Amino acid sequence: MSHKRRSRLAVKRQARAPVFAALGDETRLSLVAKLCGRQPYSISQLTHGSKLTRQAITKHLRVLESVGIVHSVRSGRESLFEFDPQPIEGIREYLDFVSEQWDEALARLKSFVED
Amino acid sequence: MNNHIEKRIELKAPVSRVWRALTDYQEFRQWFRVKLDGPFVAGQVSRGRITHPGYEHVKWEAVVQKMEPEGLFSFTWHPCAIDPQKDYSMETPTLVEFRLEKTTNGTLLVLTESGFDKIPSDRRLEAFRRNDGGWTQQMKNIENHVSQTS
Repeated sequence: MSHKRRSRLAVKRQARAPVFAALGDETRLSLVAKLCGRQPYSISQLTHGSKLTRQAITKHLRVLESVGIVHSVRSGRESLFEFDPQPIEGIREYLDFVSEQWDEALARLKSFVED
Repeated sequence: MNNHIEKRIELKAPVSRVWRALTDYQEFRQWFRVKLDGPFVAGQVSRGRITHPGYEHVKWEAVVQKMEPEGLFSFTWHPCAIDPQKDYSMETPTLVEFRLEKTTNGTLLVLTESGFDKIPSDRRLEAFRRNDGGWTQQMKNIENHVSQTS
């Protein structure tokens, strides 16, 4: 693990906590699951079949939008929401980084107790 | 999405030896590379300083959750909190658990780190308090049982 990589991840870390927080909700996870098929959806389409109101769905979409997981695009009079995989890929990279650190720590533990 | 980390490692050392390496703060210091201010106590904050080369400026802070002798050691912390300028206390902590199992050749250590996304920090703390209360009660039950039967 190079210093360069660590500092890069430290910088990128700024934006990660809100992404985790945004995903820490079942409604938003289900919206992400729907949207990650890459096809943009309107609020009406996303509200259809849901117990939640249009306002509630809109609120959740704004949270996802604030961390860049979805973007809204205008289509005539409607707003469509589309998925952006980048923030979630950032999280995956972060988990890989934490995982590597554990590999290193556990290797040290192994030689520590086996010597 | 996968939001927890699990590692399984076979150690050629008895469970008691591994338990000591995990929970004795002087031993933990050596392999984890953190200089701790004092021993680990369940329910209490553990503070210290990272000794990993290049990261000596970084503070270590964790809350010890469970210390079930030779079985489970766990704490919550902010993983990779390596930027001294940043306040990590508002972020959701993750839970680190070390579970030990006796095997024919020594010990199986299962490490998990979880909670990267799910629970907001306030609810998490409450959940832990509840669990801890439950465990304390359980220990009392066992204690009562043992003292009655002896």
